[in-house]
Amino acid sequence: MADNQKKIAVISRILRYIRKYIALVCLSLFLAVVSVVSSLAIPVLVGSTIDFMIEADRVDFGKVSMYLCTVLLCTGVCALSQWLMSQMNNRITFRVSRDIRNEAFRHIQKLPLSYLDQFSQGDIVSRVIVDVDTFADGLLMGFTQFFTGVLTILGTLLFMLITSWQIALVVVLVTPLSLLVASFIAKSTYNMFRTQTEARGAQTALIDETVGGIKVVQAFGHEKTSLEVFDKSNELLEKSSLKAIFFSSLTNPSTRFVNSLVYAGVGLVGALMAIGGGITVGNLTSFLNYANQYTKPFNEISGVVTELQNAIACAGRVFELLDAPEMTPDPEMPAAAEDVAGRVDIRSLSFSYTKEKPLLQNIDLTVSAGQKIAIVGPTGCGKTTFINLLMRFYDPDQGRIYIDGVDTQTMRRETLRSCIGMVLQDTWLKNATIRENIAMGRPEATEEEIIEAAKQARVHSFISRLPKGYDTVIGELGGDISQGQKQLLCIARLMLCLPPMLILDEATSSIDTRTEMQVQKAFDTLMQGRTSFVVAHRLSTIQEADCILVMENGNIVEQGKHAELLEKKGLYAKLYESQFAH
Amino acid sequence: MKKLLKYMKGYGKECALGPLFKLLEASFELLIPLVVAGIVDTGIAAGDKGHIMKMSLIMVLLGVIGLISAVIAQYFAAKAAVGFAARVRHAVMAHILKLNYTQLDKAGTATFITRMTSDVNQVQNGVNLALRLLLRSPFVVFGAMVMAFTIDAEAALVFAGIICLLCVVVFGIMLITMPAYKSVQQKLDGVTGATRENLTGIRVLRAFRMEKQETAQFEEKTEALAKGQQQAGAISNLMNPLTFVLINLAIILLMQVGAIKVYTGVLTQGMVIALYNYMSQILVELIKMANLIISMTKAAACAGRIQSVLEIPAAEDNGNAAELGGKVEFRNVSITYADAAAPALTGVRFTALPGQTVGIIGGTGSGKTTLVNLIPGLYAASEGTVLLDDRDVNTLGAKAVCQRIGIVPQNNLLFAGTVRDNLRWGKEDATDEEMLEALRLAQAHFVTDKKEGLDTMVEQGGRNFSGGQKQRLAIARALVRRPAILILDDSASALDYATDANLRGAIRSLDPMPTTFIVSQRAASIRHADMILVLEDGAVIGQGTSEELLKTCPVYREIYRTQFPQEVTDNG
Repeated sequence: MADNQKKIAVISRILRYIRKYIALVCLSLFLAVVSVVSSLAIPVLVGSTIDFMIEADRVDFGKVSMYLCTVLLCTGVCALSQWLMSQMNNRITFRVSRDIRNEAFRHIQKLPLSYLDQFSQGDIVSRVIVDVDTFADGLLMGFTQFFTGVLTILGTLLFMLITSWQIALVVVLVTPLSLLVASFIAKSTYNMFRTQTEARGAQTALIDETVGGIKVVQAFGHEKTSLEVFDKSNELLEKSSLKAIFFSSLTNPSTRFVNSLVYAGVGLVGALMAIGGGITVGNLTSFLNYANQYTKPFNEISGVVTELQNAIACAGRVFELLDAPEMTPDPEMPAAAEDVAGRVDIRSLSFSYTKEKPLLQNIDLTVSAGQKIAIVGPTGCGKTTFINLLMRFYDPDQGRIYIDGVDTQTMRRETLRSCIGMVLQDTWLKNATIRENIAMGRPEATEEEIIEAAKQARVHSFISRLPKGYDTVIGELGGDISQGQKQLLCIARLMLCLPPMLILDEATSSIDTRTEMQVQKAFDTLMQGRTSFVVAHRLSTIQEADCILVMENGNIVEQGKHAELLEKKGLYAKLYESQFAH
Repeated sequence: MKKLLKYMKGYGKECALGPLFKLLEASFELLIPLVVAGIVDTGIAAGDKGHIMKMSLIMVLLGVIGLISAVIAQYFAAKAAVGFAARVRHAVMAHILKLNYTQLDKAGTATFITRMTSDVNQVQNGVNLALRLLLRSPFVVFGAMVMAFTIDAEAALVFAGIICLLCVVVFGIMLITMPAYKSVQQKLDGVTGATRENLTGIRVLRAFRMEKQETAQFEEKTEALAKGQQQAGAISNLMNPLTFVLINLAIILLMQVGAIKVYTGVLTQGMVIALYNYMSQILVELIKMANLIISMTKAAACAGRIQSVLEIPAAEDNGNAAELGGKVEFRNVSITYADAAAPALTGVRFTALPGQTVGIIGGTGSGKTTLVNLIPGLYAASEGTVLLDDRDVNTLGAKAVCQRIGIVPQNNLLFAGTVRDNLRWGKEDATDEEMLEALRLAQAHFVTDKKEGLDTMVEQGGRNFSGGQKQRLAIARALVRRPAILILDDSASALDYATDANLRGAIRSLDPMPTTFIVSQRAASIRHADMILVLEDGAVIGQGTSEELLKTCPVYREIYRTQFPQEVTDNG
């Protein structure tokens, strides 16, 4: 019941998307009626034509020509309305999917990261791409097929009843058999398909793992065993596929068989009636023709029903994404942040990803403008989370962060983020030109400014050595760009917009020490007078920090300058000394 | 496509019987209009009820035989297609496993995964459809024409003409729309790519307040996609109306001719009906054939891609290296990757004696990983020779050498299963004691401390472990076989300095101690090595102990100073 209600809710929502195109929909439905009626008239007209050519010397050429002219007319009308209808349907389908995709994308931009981080990227991508496709194709194409199918069935019935109810009865009685057979096959193959899907999923996961880690497989000489494991899954898939494919491929022959029963039945009854003069031979011909066509819409409809169900399921998944609650909106009267000096006050800040596992607990911190704050600590101690909160990628459970005394919750997120420059652990570059990537923070930057930023990040010479220079598209570089070089580009991106505050999240961990040192110099200039938060593994880079925060299990366990912390002989001292251990 | 056909071997029976039974079914279908003509001309005209009954029964019988043949045909087709696909998958997997690192790098893992999954599926589909329909559809189309000829040659000419016209229309539209659909596919890929990119870069994009611009770019892409879809659709939408018009024109012509022939007594009414019925059969099959050709071209393209994977020449591996002492020598070794402009390594020469520790340090992309991958022959040197125990590594065979070497690669890939399963990669028949010892050496106390111990589950890629834990498990995996040569490729980067130091201590305690190569960016990890190689841009620019290098190698001094600022100042 609840399931049905959900379906109805989904359907009514789908209708809302289509409402925009209501005129097109009505027109398409009208054209469907026209094309069905005109196509159904043709067999009748041909049958009548045949009735006027009985045997030698008994042919009424005048009537024959007249009927054939009508056939011609119907053909033209039918073809034209068919074409127009499919044009309308295309228009509706493709535009609705475009609309939904755009809405989904806009919505994603407003979703909190706490939501997006829960899902794998592939899952969301498949909702926006595959599900929308299946939904649009299945639903809209399916709907018109369903509609014309039903019309054809009703129309055929009507034509048949008018001509001879006895033969119509034969058709009506035998045809449901075809539906029964089709649904029986669909039901019994459902489980086979599921088994096949599972086997395929398992194999894909295995392929992913083996091929993804193939260098390790080879380095350990594990090829034989890996291939054996693969063969096992391959065999399983082969077996389940054979079942699923074979049994599902029985649908066509079976319905064709039922169809031939209908055909024979119509032939038998029709011919017997024709002898008695109940119907003409032409009528019989039209009947036989109908009998041939009659089961087709039934098959189509049963196909469409599964397709529709699939489409509704997909629509449900898309709507789930669209319904995900957006971030708390920015305040209506946002606090401004001009000429930010960079003083940061953190007051009793707490945060947890899941209720059961508190992560950051009651953090208090005061940072004067222009200070360099270093954060160290073992993995999972809450460093990255701390940065997520500073940038308001996540909102805290409790507590406040103030910048220059202004509560960041009262600012627009954009305002806050424009004050903070960030280089993250994973170097992400857009698949666009290098120029566009560097200018991301300031699209209006001039060529000179971009080159200057690249020079400061020590990446200009690398860029100029590329054949297309600053116009090189990142994706085209493939393996020709190292992680370190990517990181330098991220740094250049920051060099261009010079925000008053900086976050460097293990930014230099995969640049080699020499390059790092050069970048470090540039960073030092950049950090001059800017409040900066630096997360680093290498303790050498942070010794001059104004304050080092040592974090463990979500708490700041030590806090102070390098020398002070060493004297304390606590966690920091332990971490530092282990650098020199033999 | 052709070369893949060898995987069809053994399915000859299925490949022959499938289409054969399909043809049988089609032949019975072609007989139906003649039976109907019989009913009209003999049964109705003469009022012979018995004849009508008999004919109707024959139709049912033809239906039954048709059904049986079809079921048999579908079975054989499915069996051959599925079996073929399984063999192809096996062949591709077996082949990929034989490729060397250079070849793997060039193609990329994503390619292989697509080849083995969606491409093989497409081919399977293509084979299945081909076995079922490739013969059937043309057979019915031309069969109908031949049957028409048996009725009346002149009327049959209408058939010949219309079949030609239909072919032109159906295949013409297909030819025109195929590139259009290809470009639609590309546009859809563009939309997919944009979505994926937005999600990957969402933190950066939000940090740079790019949401609006991203949305605008995305909407441009979806707009172009919708336009492309409409354009491609406009042409392919012509298919049904056009064929419908053609067939009906043919019917009108047929009736016209039929009327004259009936008048002159050449044809009977039943024959005209039969001709009409044959005409209806043609259209259905022609459309089927067009769809078949679309799937076949897709399948052929996929088959071609699969074929190209199988054509990557696999390295012959017939060496044998039962025992390795651990001596490693590089004689003037250079390597240039395929398609690379500059060599990754040039003129590397050094000798490491059994039990020695070699540290390798240098900048990003300076060739450190390449150097260690050359040791077991995973990459082949373009110039010079790598010698193990004074024998050329290429004559030993990478596979055999790998068995005696423990490698801890940069990305510490673990595999789904238990910790025990993963450690057995190192040594198939390792005992629990050996594995626990390896874990202890690798400082992986987090496993031994657990109740589950060796039975601790490892998720795919080891994602349920932290970076540092994964590294230690990967080290344990390499140590469990007690290798003669141990290669740690930047494998301690996620370990804190204390654990890193303990690990090195544990390795030194091994007897016999393996010849150990440590690639690192930390001076602390390598400064006690017997020999340090300093790499820059693929060349060795410093070689010796830490003390020597501090005196002779400015680059090393610089690296060292950034990490141990006081010491250098003190010394210098």
